[in-house]
Amino acid sequence: MTQATDIPGRKPDGAWAHLLHVLRENPVTMLSFGMFAFFLLQAFFGALIVPHDPLATNAANALQPPNWTHWFGTDSLGRDVFSRVVVATRLDLTISVLAVAISFVIGSVLGAIAGYWGGWIDAVLNRVLDTIMAFPLFVLAMGIVAALGNTVENIIYATALINIPFYARLVRAEVNIRREAGFALAARLSGNSHFRTLAFHIFPNALPPMMVQVSLNMGWAILNAAGLSFIGLGVRPPTPEWGIMVAEGANYIISGHWWVALFPGLWLMLAVFTFNLMGDGLRDIVDPRRRT
Amino acid sequence: MAGRTRAIGMRLAQTVPVIIGVIVISFILTRALPGDPAVYFAGAMADAESIQQVREALGLDKPLVTQFFLYVGDLAQGDLGRSISTGQPVLTDLAARLPASLELTLSALVLSCLIAIPLGVLAAVRQGSWVDHLCRVLVTAGVSLPTFFTGILLVYVFYYLLGWAPSPLGRLDFIYFEPPRVTGFYLVDSLIAGDLETFAATLRQLTLPTITLALFTLAPIARMTRAAMLQALSSDYIRTARAAGLSRGKILFGYGLRNALLPVVTTLGMVFSFVLGANVLVEKVFAWPGIGSYAVEALVASDYAAVQGFVLAMAFLFVTLNLIIDLSYALIDPRIGFDTK
Repeated sequence: MTQATDIPGRKPDGAWAHLLHVLRENPVTMLSFGMFAFFLLQAFFGALIVPHDPLATNAANALQPPNWTHWFGTDSLGRDVFSRVVVATRLDLTISVLAVAISFVIGSVLGAIAGYWGGWIDAVLNRVLDTIMAFPLFVLAMGIVAALGNTVENIIYATALINIPFYARLVRAEVNIRREAGFALAARLSGNSHFRTLAFHIFPNALPPMMVQVSLNMGWAILNAAGLSFIGLGVRPPTPEWGIMVAEGANYIISGHWWVALFPGLWLMLAVFTFNLMGDGLRDIVDPRRRT
Repeated sequence: MAGRTRAIGMRLAQTVPVIIGVIVISFILTRALPGDPAVYFAGAMADAESIQQVREALGLDKPLVTQFFLYVGDLAQGDLGRSISTGQPVLTDLAARLPASLELTLSALVLSCLIAIPLGVLAAVRQGSWVDHLCRVLVTAGVSLPTFFTGILLVYVFYYLLGWAPSPLGRLDFIYFEPPRVTGFYLVDSLIAGDLETFAATLRQLTLPTITLALFTLAPIARMTRAAMLQALSSDYIRTARAAGLSRGKILFGYGLRNALLPVVTTLGMVFSFVLGANVLVEKVFAWPGIGSYAVEALVASDYAAVQGFVLAMAFLFVTLNLIIDLSYALIDPRIGFDTK
């Protein structure tokens, strides 16, 4: 399959015009980009703008329902839930961004090598990926964190490892169908090494579908990391993190203190929702034919 | 017929490398423990002598390859080690708790299939209508919902606010007796015992966790049903059936749905992977005494033998489920050859 990509020099506004067109056609995608900016803002400046110290306890002020001083109420130790929710954004996004970045890089390298050279490397890689996929992925992540030790870094590694198969398979397929394509052979004939051909001529074609995968995967990585800390792995109290805050709030929901669990859960849900909507939107931009 | 037997044989043979891989990964996980595995397996109360005992018992003083074969030998005898917190062999613990998890998982899957498949069919038939939009919203919201959070919300609304649901503590309210154990599924066992009251109580406890899990699995099944149904409805045989003047119901269900179901069955394999993971979280929220909450308790207590046993058991369960799905696929679809994949 040859792709008619925009040539930057000749049609400078082609890609932008298409992007603007898609955004105008699909307000939901626009909304998702807006929400993404909202979360980025919290991640970068959250710690500076929150009204209270997220770690400051105040027993006299425990379990206050939402009011004007504490917009999201206070938890069992009197900490301000709003400040904690906002500050937690950075940690949650960092975990998932790092995890997705690691699986993106490792998956790309493995997939590109297997797709370009094929043969026994390809066969071995496929077997290994099959084996990883033979585990229920969240359960495998639990096992890895339990074995490596209960730290935030290991949460990142575990989340990265269970996502590698998705990237490796995607890149392998995209590289494999272009291995013998005219432009790849031309690049070889004009004296590029195998590595150069693979890295600069074939691999960039896999990037658009990879971007879609990254966005969809980010949501899943956040869910996964929050799930792990919900069951008590990785992040330790009193660090603010959405999963552990929901877990703490779960103890108070039966007595009607809904705000302790609701707001971190809501933020978590919104973040995942944003990435999923963005993934769908990016898919429309990248490949209009695959729209569902 | 010979072709099909061969295909099934091939599929069975394909599981062998996967199982070997699973065992290798699980072996690596047991040996990857930071520090000395013997210290972890001996437990917190162990002294130097018992640690040495454990080291010899586990064969940790031998070369790695020998250790691997010892490990495989133990597995073949069903020996997953002993749990520190319960004092029981891990396999016994898992076997005792597995029915609780399976009852929850299976009822959730049945419920979500009952909702998702009609929804997906309707969305495909009435493309662009409100049902289609509802389906799309549900699908995107469904994959964004953290299961543990949905569970907590449902508890708040239906237990605290409305008082419809019983307290989210386990499989059966403490005022009822467990039904005599035959299958381990309380729903089935209470029916066998003819105890309708216990059956109703079990059902009440089961409702909220089942809905929580079902909401989560709804999305992929509905999405796949819609896509498969759209593809089936646009194919030549449907056009022919329409041209031949068959009734609408016959076309939709006799031809369309029957063909669309095949990819849906395949998706179930992937859904199982998610469900088995989500199960752990839901069990923690509802204090459900299944293998998921067993693993969580073991994690908190640093009970490594129990955790590794759990991971391995889940992997075997998942491989078996996938095998059953693929084999049933071969029985449903007469055209099947596994080599077409």
